[in-house]
Amino acid sequence: MFEKKDRPVPLANEGLVPEERGLFCDAAPREYAPANKVVEDFWNWARAQSLWILGFGTGCGAIELRPLMTSRYDMYRYGIQPRPTPRQSSVFVIGGYASVKTLKRIVRSYEQMMGPKFVVALGSCTINGGMYWDSYNTIKRIDQYIPVDVYITGCMPRPEALLAGFQELKRIIRAGRAEGQNAYARDFGWYKANQKKVIKDWNMPDYNW
Amino acid sequence: MNQLQGKLAERYGARDWTDRRADLSSVTVDVLRIRDVLYWLRDEAGYAHLSFATAVDNIERGVFTLTYSLRNHGTGHWLLVHCDVDRGHPVVDSVHLLWGQAWTYQREMKEWFGIDFPGSPRVDEEFVLEGWEGPPMMRRDFDSLAYSDATYAERPGRTTVDPAMHMKERLYPEADA
Repeated sequence: MFEKKDRPVPLANEGLVPEERGLFCDAAPREYAPANKVVEDFWNWARAQSLWILGFGTGCGAIELRPLMTSRYDMYRYGIQPRPTPRQSSVFVIGGYASVKTLKRIVRSYEQMMGPKFVVALGSCTINGGMYWDSYNTIKRIDQYIPVDVYITGCMPRPEALLAGFQELKRIIRAGRAEGQNAYARDFGWYKANQKKVIKDWNMPDYNW
Repeated sequence: MNQLQGKLAERYGARDWTDRRADLSSVTVDVLRIRDVLYWLRDEAGYAHLSFATAVDNIERGVFTLTYSLRNHGTGHWLLVHCDVDRGHPVVDSVHLLWGQAWTYQREMKEWFGIDFPGSPRVDEEFVLEGWEGPPMMRRDFDSLAYSDATYAERPGRTTVDPAMHMKERLYPEADA
């Protein structure tokens, strides 16, 4: 699928001790090359119908996912369900504020997710810092570190708002405009520089795959 | 409690005894005697439980005020033991041998205020922060906003309104100022 000339320069993985570098992938992510339109449209339809959320509550907003899962709001009827591991997930819900310590896990989990993958960021904190605008340890906008497909405003957003956000995500996916994963691959150097600017003790591979 | 107050004053020069509630008092001692005082309170006076230990940055007086919260389960009485330590040289005796859990509080105070407890287990390791390179962030001369502005990217367009003015203008325009 990918020509040899497209292969990017291997990643340095300087955060790892030299004897561990060989254990990890040194390839940067690459952009997804779409199939022809009919096939891609079909795939996008299928992708939109089964959104599997990574069960990782990154902030206080994760509390809103519980009523979504249970009978009152019942997100399963929309084809949305949580999964226990990044490897099985296609949607990452950033649940509000992200401290630097959590951001490290967010980056790692996001990179471990298999494509196609999408990010829903909920709450004011992911957009402009919210009430943590002057915190020494909380980032003020998540889209500097991982790409975001849909924002849901509010502090907290109600479960109805989350459902509306997921419906919006479905529309975006079906229209073929959920390009966050490709943006991450395209601007990988920029994202990585931003991440390393705030995560001072970078002791993991440059791309956690 | 007057008997205890007298004994503490006599043995350790404790001062500023204050009854804050029927079951809660506070007292201040010299930082050099803190371990002796706590040892005596634990083994002789029945205050066997250390429920909490923390620090306050009294920058106006140039000291950190440490507080140890003790409880006598026999009488149900709480005692807060305060001591001041110089901000310029914040080193305090560790009490982890009196209460095993104390090293957690001491690690916290080391990371957040820079107060050292020599000999306390893992006191030099990171506690809640990871890769923190700035000064201890709970010191009051640490400017959190300036650090945040310099470190984290901001989305332009954020505005702030005064809640009282906003409510008056939007919800109750007829109300008096």
